[in-house]
Amino acid sequence: MSLVSILILVGLSLGVHLASLLPFTRRFRIQLLLILSVVVIYWLQPGLPIRGLDFWLPTATVFIAVLGWLLTAQPEERAYRSNLHTYFLLTMLILVIALTRYLGATTFLTPSRPPQIHLVIAALLVVSLFFFALQKLHKTPGTLLALAIFALLLLFILLKLPSLTLAASSTLRGFTGQSRELASAFDIRWLGFSYIAFRLIHTLRDRQTGHLPALSLEEYLVYMLFFPAFSAGPIDRAERFIKELRQPEAPGAKNLAAGGERLLIGLFKKFILADTLAMIALNGQNAGQVQGAGWLWLLLLAYSFQIFFDFSGYTDIAIGLGHLMGIRLPENFNAPYLKPSLTRFWDNWHITLTQWFRAYVFNPLTRLLRTKARTLPAWLVILITQLSTMVLIGLWHGMTLNFILWGLWHGFGLFINNRWSSAAHPLTTRVQARPALNHLVTALSILLTFTYVSLGWVWFALPDVSTSLKVLASLFGIGGGA
Amino acid sequence: MNGRFVRNVLIKGLLLFTLFNLLWAVVDTAPSGRLSMYNSLLGGRERFPFGENPSESYNLSLYDLDAMFASHRLDGLPKAADEFRVIVIGDSSTWGTLLKPQETLAGILDRAGLHTPDGKQVRFYNLGYPTLSLVKDLMILDEALQYDPDLVLWPVTLESFPRNNQLNSPIVANNPTRVNDLIARFNLNLTPLEEKGGFWQRTIIGQRRTLADRLRLQLYGVMWSATGIDQAYPADYTPALRDLEDDQSYYGWQPPEFPADSLAFDLLSAGMQLAGEVPVILVNEPILISEGENSDIRYNYYYPRWAYDVYRLEFSSACAAAGWNCLDLWDAVPQEHFTNSAIHRDAFGEDIFAQEIVHSGLLP
Repeated sequence: MSLVSILILVGLSLGVHLASLLPFTRRFRIQLLLILSVVVIYWLQPGLPIRGLDFWLPTATVFIAVLGWLLTAQPEERAYRSNLHTYFLLTMLILVIALTRYLGATTFLTPSRPPQIHLVIAALLVVSLFFFALQKLHKTPGTLLALAIFALLLLFILLKLPSLTLAASSTLRGFTGQSRELASAFDIRWLGFSYIAFRLIHTLRDRQTGHLPALSLEEYLVYMLFFPAFSAGPIDRAERFIKELRQPEAPGAKNLAAGGERLLIGLFKKFILADTLAMIALNGQNAGQVQGAGWLWLLLLAYSFQIFFDFSGYTDIAIGLGHLMGIRLPENFNAPYLKPSLTRFWDNWHITLTQWFRAYVFNPLTRLLRTKARTLPAWLVILITQLSTMVLIGLWHGMTLNFILWGLWHGFGLFINNRWSSAAHPLTTRVQARPALNHLVTALSILLTFTYVSLGWVWFALPDVSTSLKVLASLFGIGGGA
Repeated sequence: MNGRFVRNVLIKGLLLFTLFNLLWAVVDTAPSGRLSMYNSLLGGRERFPFGENPSESYNLSLYDLDAMFASHRLDGLPKAADEFRVIVIGDSSTWGTLLKPQETLAGILDRAGLHTPDGKQVRFYNLGYPTLSLVKDLMILDEALQYDPDLVLWPVTLESFPRNNQLNSPIVANNPTRVNDLIARFNLNLTPLEEKGGFWQRTIIGQRRTLADRLRLQLYGVMWSATGIDQAYPADYTPALRDLEDDQSYYGWQPPEFPADSLAFDLLSAGMQLAGEVPVILVNEPILISEGENSDIRYNYYYPRWAYDVYRLEFSSACAAAGWNCLDLWDAVPQEHFTNSAIHRDAFGEDIFAQEIVHSGLLP
């Protein structure tokens, strides 16, 4: 996201802030948030070479979100007239965005000219009929929810696995009459899908377990599409977000100051620190060019901080924008590189993603193994759950062997950390009794954890296993350079 | 946190920002271009920063001559008692497009291990810069003389001579003070550039591009030091044209002569005056002599035969008349050793060129 885009988002957030000040406009605050969020996802969607796809993907995002609501809302909630109004507003908004096609060659809400209007109307009609039929369901069967989760995961795999994305691109090019030979895995870049998929799975799963609060369509959509957090998180929980949405902080100087402060910190982290470090950070291009282990460590260090400042900068910006609109988003980073163990690192790095995986993968899997496979020793249960959770986190970033290895790196690290903590507990207690020694051990633990995490970034930053192994070897002076 | 606090933060921030800008504009900040991590934390560059694709070449083009010199290894090497220092100025062929630093003319000569009769080690420094303008060469020479050279090697080609082109290159156009100073000192037949030296131009906001370039130059220095790469080397490039247009014109001029004063030979004289006691060897550098279509009309993409022949005559006449040390090596390199331009040679071609200079007897 460019600085200009962020400044426009700041302007929109200030608009919501102003709307919240006046009694008349305050009533329409949630609708305004919904409209802005929908417009922003069209506006931020990157341009794509497949004709019309950069319009259809945001449209699909909106309709997947509506589908998510239909599947998770109670039948009596679905029938409320206000939801119908929201749906009408949504379709009209999409139509208006599609009509910008006729404003001339230049487009300002979509990256390229929207498709022909009759196609958009046809799509809206078909989808609306489907939703109408679904809305008539007296009860959402559990299998339907499970099916929806499964479908989301399949879609996720399709978008993350380069070979499948390539095949999908080729197919879509066939539909649009474009050359299949030019198909590329980068043809389908669906803005925010990774995040919206996780929010959807969260609501579908919580609906299955009965933990999801009652949400109107507009509340659900604002939760799903909330523009500050749409493309880079945090992945909020619905029940927490809805409390913020329904009872926002009173607009005023306090919000503006808090939001402004976080925005400035975020902009500084992203555009000054991260973008500067990116110039010297380890990447697939420079990995094979660096002469000497010392420089390689420097580049790796730069990458460690670049990825942190980039990601946490975006989070700060999202939180800052939220503040401007009176909505507090959850924290995603809490000084993760200053934690003395890998477990503590993961408690403080991309916190909302980690919590998501803990809630929907780690804990259920642990419960499952402890109840269904009671003969397994405790250490093996821990190993299996840590490895599988971390590998899935790796795959969430991209379905390549390197991300799997990055997940395994952290899975094993967490397992060793867990075993060490148990085994060294008496020693740790004795060390803690001596403050000076405790400080020294803590400092060394922070250094060790940071080094381990940084070495793990080698898998994350580089495109293939061979280069990664060479770099890891070169970092320790083995081999003649990466 | 309340409204008053926010107001105070905004006012103080604005005041400090304004104050820093005003201070920056009032204080002479020109020497800040000399602040550099090169030659201390980082290795000095073997040639000037220049690059159109910084993320691949770990290099960038900037117009700040101070920062450029501060990044060069010449700036970090005090002249040893046993050093005979030779600076090599010129265009992109001297800088070494598509060549590694050690493959350039200066690089080859520096690694040749030459010694003067009195036992001094002859060291060569690449101060070429990829634009074709003699004014640019003068500007660099003017700055380079403070590094106490014992000899200047100055390869030139006809394309650097047209008077109307002298001030077009970005590095020249963006250094009006230096250029106007040269025009005034040597009474050059060039129109002085407009100097945008207003107060606002001297503030941090006015100099934001310069300051950002300086910072980026330092950061790419890390990558230069880490990799030794200062240029993107494409796996493939479009070779210089061998089959040529049936066109006799050169900048609209037709045979048999150039219009009077259209070539800026007076800039060579200015260079000689500028060098003063420091000897200069002027070299008419090798060009691609095509054997393809219409090669009876043109030598290459740049030069119709008549224009280049007339230029060579004028060049040798000027050398003879002024008593300059000149070498005309225009046909020293076979056409197969040119890369993407009629003046860009490959490593082998550069080696031939260097050997010719060594064997000319003009070097000490």
